[in-house]
Amino acid sequence: MPTATPISRVNDFVIRFANVNGSGSASANEMFARAVMRMGVPVAPRNIFPSNIQGLPTWYEVRVSEAGHLGARGGTDLMVAMNPQTFDRDIAGIEPGGYLFYDSTKPLPPSKFRDDITVIGVPLTAICNREYSDPRQRQLFKNIIYIGALTALLDIDVKVVEQLIGEQYKGKDKLIEPNIKALHIGRDYAILNLQCPLGIKLKRANAVGDRIFIEGNSAAALGAVYGGATVCAWYPITPSSSLADAFTRHCAKLRVDPGTKQAKYAIIQAEDELASIGIVIGAGWNGARAFTATSGPGISLMQEFIGLAYFAEIPAVLFDVQRAGPSTGMPTRTQQCDVMSCAYASHGDTKHVLLFPEGPAEAFDFSAQAFDLADRLQTPIFVMLDLDIGMNHHLSKPLTWDDKRKYDRGKVMTAAELEAGKEFGRYLDVDGDGIPYRTYPGTHPTKGAFFTRGTSRDRYARYTEEGAPYVDNMQRLIRKFDTAKDLVPRPLLATAGKASKYGVIYYGSTSPAMDEAIHMIEARGHALDRMRIRAFPFHSSVNSFVADHDFVFVVEQNRDAQLRSLIVNECGIDPVRLVPILHYDGTPITARFIAKAVGDHLDKLTVKQTKVTS
Amino acid sequence: MTYLAKPKFHHPELPKNALGYTHRDYEGSVSTLCAGCGHDSITAAIIQACFELSIEPHRVAKISGIGCSSKTPTYFLGNSHGFNSVHGRMPSVLTGANLANRDLIYLGVSGDGDSASIGLGQFAHCLRRGVNMVYIVENNGVYGLTKGQFSATADRGSKSKRGFINTDNSIDLVAMALQLGASFVARSFSGDKHQLVPIIKAAIAHKGAAFIDVISPCVAFNNHAGSTKSFDFVREHNEAVNRLDFISSRMPIEVKYEPGTVEVVEQHDGSKLALRKLAADYELHDRTAALGFLQHHAAKGQIVTGLLYVEQEPEDLHAHLRTVDSPLNALDEKELCPGQAALDKFNASLR
Repeated sequence: MPTATPISRVNDFVIRFANVNGSGSASANEMFARAVMRMGVPVAPRNIFPSNIQGLPTWYEVRVSEAGHLGARGGTDLMVAMNPQTFDRDIAGIEPGGYLFYDSTKPLPPSKFRDDITVIGVPLTAICNREYSDPRQRQLFKNIIYIGALTALLDIDVKVVEQLIGEQYKGKDKLIEPNIKALHIGRDYAILNLQCPLGIKLKRANAVGDRIFIEGNSAAALGAVYGGATVCAWYPITPSSSLADAFTRHCAKLRVDPGTKQAKYAIIQAEDELASIGIVIGAGWNGARAFTATSGPGISLMQEFIGLAYFAEIPAVLFDVQRAGPSTGMPTRTQQCDVMSCAYASHGDTKHVLLFPEGPAEAFDFSAQAFDLADRLQTPIFVMLDLDIGMNHHLSKPLTWDDKRKYDRGKVMTAAELEAGKEFGRYLDVDGDGIPYRTYPGTHPTKGAFFTRGTSRDRYARYTEEGAPYVDNMQRLIRKFDTAKDLVPRPLLATAGKASKYGVIYYGSTSPAMDEAIHMIEARGHALDRMRIRAFPFHSSVNSFVADHDFVFVVEQNRDAQLRSLIVNECGIDPVRLVPILHYDGTPITARFIAKAVGDHLDKLTVKQTKVTS
Repeated sequence: MTYLAKPKFHHPELPKNALGYTHRDYEGSVSTLCAGCGHDSITAAIIQACFELSIEPHRVAKISGIGCSSKTPTYFLGNSHGFNSVHGRMPSVLTGANLANRDLIYLGVSGDGDSASIGLGQFAHCLRRGVNMVYIVENNGVYGLTKGQFSATADRGSKSKRGFINTDNSIDLVAMALQLGASFVARSFSGDKHQLVPIIKAAIAHKGAAFIDVISPCVAFNNHAGSTKSFDFVREHNEAVNRLDFISSRMPIEVKYEPGTVEVVEQHDGSKLALRKLAADYELHDRTAALGFLQHHAAKGQIVTGLLYVEQEPEDLHAHLRTVDSPLNALDEKELCPGQAALDKFNASLR
C-alpha cells in the first residue's frame, strides 16, 4: 500500500503519457482523449513534443475535468510511463497518491519507484511479442493495448473506443478488426490481473454539449476561407505549418469549383519568409485577400516588408503562431513572446494592429475579421496565436457564421466614381478617420493610377522628401491607428462577486487557466476584477480599467512582460500600477501557477495592511 | 531639367495606334536619371513596344525593386499602377500581384544589384514558378545610387571608376534564367533599339516567364576604359544571334527575308516572331544548346544578344495551380464563403 492515500476522484484528473517520438503513440493517445469527450466529459489534451521526427521524448497530457477547466493544471495523477529515457523524472512528476502505469516485462528494482504512489505493471512487451511477430506491429499495437488496459482501469466505455477505431480507419477497413482485437487484449489483461477501476475514473456525464474538438490552427485557417482569403504564401516553420496545411485541406474541400475543378485560391510555398510576405503584399496591393502564416523567426525576417505595408498602406494578414524565442529558442514550446516585435515591427515609427484570440472559436472569428480589418484599415493585421492554441486540440464552442455577412472591402474607388469625377488622392484623408481611398490596378484608362512606394509622398502619392508632407502623412497614420481602436475586438470585462481594488489583465491562451485560477484565488479570500484584452491598439476601456483599481496584475507567457510594456507605453500608465505575473518555461501557463503568484502577492499585501492597521 | 513638369500638349498629328492612343499616352513623368543613362533608352523601348502593341496602358502593372533601374517605371506608362517595392524583392511582389489578377500584364523592372546580388533568391524562384510576366534587368554592373560599387554581374577583372579591380566571378543572369526554366530568355543592349523593341513586344505576348537582360551602361560610374559594361565595350563585343520582327496575330505575316536565314516562331496567342538568323548554328528551342552557345561565346569574351530561347507552349503559374479563369480579386463572398451550412457539417465532424 502506498504511504499516501490514493487519489480518488471521478471525472477530474490529469493523465500523462510519456512516449518516444515516432512510435505511433500520438494517434492512440488522441483516441483516448476523444473517448473521454464522447463520454460527455470535458477534456483538454496537450501535446508536448520535441523538434525531432523520431527517437526523442514526447508527452501527451490529458486533463479530464467535468467542471470544465480546460487550461493546463500542472501535476500528473496517472503517469503512463512508456519511455525508459524519461522514466525517473516522469515518476518524480506524479502527485502524492497518484498512479504509475508501466511496462512490467522487465523487472525493475524497487528503487525505481516511489512509495507514495500506486504502481500498475502490465507486461506490454511480453504480450506484444506473444501476439505479434512483425516488429512494427509489436510497436503500434502496444499503444492500443495500453489504451485497452486503461479503459478497464479508468472505467471507460469500451464501445466508445471501438467506435472511434472504426471512424479512424474508415476506408482502411481491414485495420479495424486487429485494432479492436489489440484493444481487448489490453482490456482483458487488466480485468483479469489488476484491480479495476482505480480511484480515479470516468463516469458518463453530459457536460460537453455541442462543443467541438479542434486545433486552433485549423480553426484559423477555416476563418481565412470564410473571410475570403484567396492567396496564401508561406514558408514551413513550427508551429505555424499546420495552419497553411489546414488552409490547403479546407480549400480543397470548400473552394474548388465543382464544374470546372478549378481553384478559387492560390497557395504558394515560398522560398523563404521574405518572399511569403512579398507575395501577400503584392496580392493585397492588387485587391486580393492574402495572408501568411509564420512564427517569431519569420516575423523577424519579414520586418522590412511589414514597414512597407504599413507606410504604403497595403492590406495584409499575418498569423503569428508564437513559440519560445529568442533565436531558434524552443521551437516546439509555447510562449507569448512576439507581442512587441509585432506591435512595432520594422524600422522607423510603426504601429500595427494585433488580435489576440483565446482559442479556436476566436481564432476562427478573428481570422475572418482580420481580412475585413486589413481592407478597412489598409494595413497589416497580426493574428497572434501560439503553439498551445494552434497545435493542440481544444474543446471549443462550435464555429458559427452569419450568412447575411458581407465582406468589408474598405475604401476602394471604382471606375464609375472616377469617371464621375470624384476626387482621388491616394493618401488624402477625405473622411477624417485617417483612411484614404485606394484604387485597384487596372481600374480606369486615364484616372486613378498612382505609384506605390516605400519612400515619402504627398497626399496625391507624389514622391517628396519635404518635411511638411512627411509629417502630415505620419500624423494621418496615427489618426488611422486611433480609428482602429474602435474597430478591433473589445476587451472583455468580468467583475468580481464583491467590490475589488485589484484587477488582472490577461490575453490569448492564458484564458482557460485564468478562468480556473480566479476560483482558486477567490477561495483564498481575494476578489479580483478581470479584463481579457483581445486586440491592440487598446480600447479606451483599458485605461479606465487600470484607473479604476489600485493596481492590476498583467499575466503573460514571456519573460519581459511585453503586453505590460505596451500598456505602459501606449496608455501612459505608471508602471508601478501594473504587476507582472510571468510564466515562460515553454509549457502552457497553469491555473495553479497564476493562483499561487497572484494569491501570494495579495496575501502579503493583506498581512502588511493588517500590520499597519493593528 | 528634371525639375520641369512634362508639357501636356503634343502635335495634333502624332500617329495613333489601333486603340487611338499616341506615343505620349504611354509616357510617364520626366526621368530623373543622369543624361545619357542607358536606362532611359530602355524606358523609350518599353514605351515604343507598348504603343506598337496597342496595349491599354492601365492594363499593365509596373513593379520594381530599389535602385536606378527600379525608378524607371515612373517614367513610362503614367496611367498604369506602379509599385516601387523593396530592394531585391520585386519578384515576390509581382508574383502576388499576378496571383490576385491574372488579367493584367505584369512588367517587372529590376537592376543587376537588385536581381543578382540582394535579390538572387527571388529572381530564381519566380522564374522556376513560371510567373506570367516580363522581367527586365537593366544591367550596368554597378550600384549607381550609392555611387559606383560593383554588383554581382560585374565581370571578373573589370575596373571600377575609382580604379578597383573586381576579383569576384560574375553572375550571368541569362544563363541562370535558362537553367531555372524561364520560357522566354533574351539579352539585348540599351543602345540597340531595333533589337530591343521587338524583343520586349515578343516578351509581352509570351504567356509565361519572360526574362530579358538588357546591358545598359552607367554613364556616371561604369562607362570608362576597363569597364566591360561600357558603351564602347559592349558595341565591340556584341555577338547578336538574331534580329527579331514581331508580328501580332492581327497582322498578316510578311516575311521579307532570304529563305534559310529566317525562322518564324508562332507563340501561343497567335503572334509570330520572325527571326533573322545571324548565327547559323543557333538553336532557339533547345535550352541545353542555348546554354552551351552562351558559355562558348562568353569564354571568347563575346556578349551574345538576341532572343536566345523560347518555349512555344509555356505553362504559367496559374496553370500549375489550376486557378479559376476570373481574377481572384474579383471573387466576392458568394464565390468564396461556404456559409453556415458547410460549417454545420464541419462542426459535426469534430464531435
